[in-house]
Amino acid sequence: MSKNVATRDAYGDILVELGKENESIVVLDADLSKSTKTHGFSQAFPERFINVGIAEQNLIGMAAGLATAGKIPFASTFAMFATGRAYEVIRNSVAYPKLNVKVCATHAGITVGEDGASHQSLEDISCMRTIPNMTVIVPADGVETKAALRAITEYNGPVYVRLGRLAVPTVNDENTYKFEIGKGVQLKDGKDVTIVATGIMVSEALQAAEKLAEEGISARVINIHTIKPIDAELITKAAKETGAIVTAEEHNIIGGLGSAVAETLAENYPVPMKRVGVKDTFGESGKPEELMVKYGLTAEGIIEAVKAIKK
Amino acid sequence: MKDYQLLKDTATSIRKSIIEMLHEAGSGHPGGSLSAADILTVLYFHEMKIDPQNPKMADRDRFVLSKGHAAPVLYGVLAEKGYFPKEELLKLRKLGAMLQGHPDMKGTPGVEMSTGSLGQGFSASSGMAMAAKLDKKDSRVYTLLGDGELQEGLVWETAMAAAHYKLDNLTAIIDYNGLQIDGPNEKVMGINPVGDKFVAFGWHVVECDGHDIEQIINALEEAKATKGKPTVIVAKTIKGKGVSFMENQVGWHGNAPKKEEADNALMELGGEK
Repeated sequence: MSKNVATRDAYGDILVELGKENESIVVLDADLSKSTKTHGFSQAFPERFINVGIAEQNLIGMAAGLATAGKIPFASTFAMFATGRAYEVIRNSVAYPKLNVKVCATHAGITVGEDGASHQSLEDISCMRTIPNMTVIVPADGVETKAALRAITEYNGPVYVRLGRLAVPTVNDENTYKFEIGKGVQLKDGKDVTIVATGIMVSEALQAAEKLAEEGISARVINIHTIKPIDAELITKAAKETGAIVTAEEHNIIGGLGSAVAETLAENYPVPMKRVGVKDTFGESGKPEELMVKYGLTAEGIIEAVKAIKK
Repeated sequence: MKDYQLLKDTATSIRKSIIEMLHEAGSGHPGGSLSAADILTVLYFHEMKIDPQNPKMADRDRFVLSKGHAAPVLYGVLAEKGYFPKEELLKLRKLGAMLQGHPDMKGTPGVEMSTGSLGQGFSASSGMAMAAKLDKKDSRVYTLLGDGELQEGLVWETAMAAAHYKLDNLTAIIDYNGLQIDGPNEKVMGINPVGDKFVAFGWHVVECDGHDIEQIINALEEAKATKGKPTVIVAKTIKGKGVSFMENQVGWHGNAPKKEEADNALMELGGEK
């Protein structure tokens, strides 16, 4: 495994590459370019970088207008403000007219850390996936972030990409990884249970599977990078073949991956399941790693859920 | 002085369409549609570089109805201009029809932006103006805001950014009829002094009578001649203009005329039913 990379850093890097290849790309930010990592693009293509100041509604509204004129706007700010403050602009000005706006929000989840609950977006997946026309993507690592960004640039329509602040382990191989919107990735086969994870919880899921193997439990691991449209086929197949599902996400257990998987299973092939995630509560200040332990967003948390389900 | 009779007649025809379609729909917003009829007539029949046969023409001028609830005036103008058959007007707000209660850019030729949630059309129009600047095109963007709409925070986010980026190809027009759903603007939430606010935000401000064709034309000329900053035209209007019993009546903000009311309104507008 290579070194840890924050998905926001990978985002900043790929934006510059994409900017060279595609002159239609414009990037908008709301005074957070050094944090969201759109700063690199702003230096490389100053004429195609629009800082709207601390004004997230206008960030999205202006992006929508640019998209009507054939631009491919990437709008970035923190996930909290993109999907909270500007929710209705995304719904009415981007998703309803199906405009080609990419909302790439960073600092999602509890691993924002020290800034505390006001900045820890734990509802964004839920808010975005209930909007018609919207595609929702949560990359697990830097490799997947770059591949996803390339794919959504080619796709014509609104997309929400959830990115993180914290450097996370790289789970995908840069040389071989293929990303397809809406297609989950089976990272490890197993027969007793399937761990369906997204974002930074994918690497925790892989660790959990290794430890479970030592205890004689064979766990399949699936990375669902696209929460919407969800890969119902892969999830249903896993339910049929392993008989139990544990979901893992750095998000409220209400409305996110766990809910999307539960909806899929309930309609296609119900099996026992558990959701690992933040248990419908706000976060707090602390180091990201401390918060992950406190809120159960760890390999151990996943193992506990697997054991509870397999009892 | 020209008398602009043709434009005046067109505006009257649009007003009749508004009454007819709203009566047929049974709901909708006559007051703020009638108040904007002269402004939209001038934009579509005098000012803008557009082609109804080619609604997506490159380098066209664009109009965004930020006060999306005044959709009937936009639909009336688009039909009159030939973007779609006038028969569509009588299906407004009906299930399965093209014309939605608020403008839908995906379904209606000539509608440049889906609007209805106040403030958002203005914001999108600034993005369109920005795109034209990036592409070094000389196309212009016009947007119509309601006066009550100025209470939305997004309006001022947009106003700040449009001036910051010197979007002199963007012209905002305020349909200043003084009334909103709950009453007079100044009673609900004061917006005065409107012009001074925009001046403070770095805009060029022009005031005009929003029912005087020549004044509207001159204001748009002044906007075009203004370089380095966007222009806002504060157009003083009368809500319900053209129909005596609707004029300045807040109750006609969001009520459709019934049969007799529609007949009377059409009579006043000089048309036999």
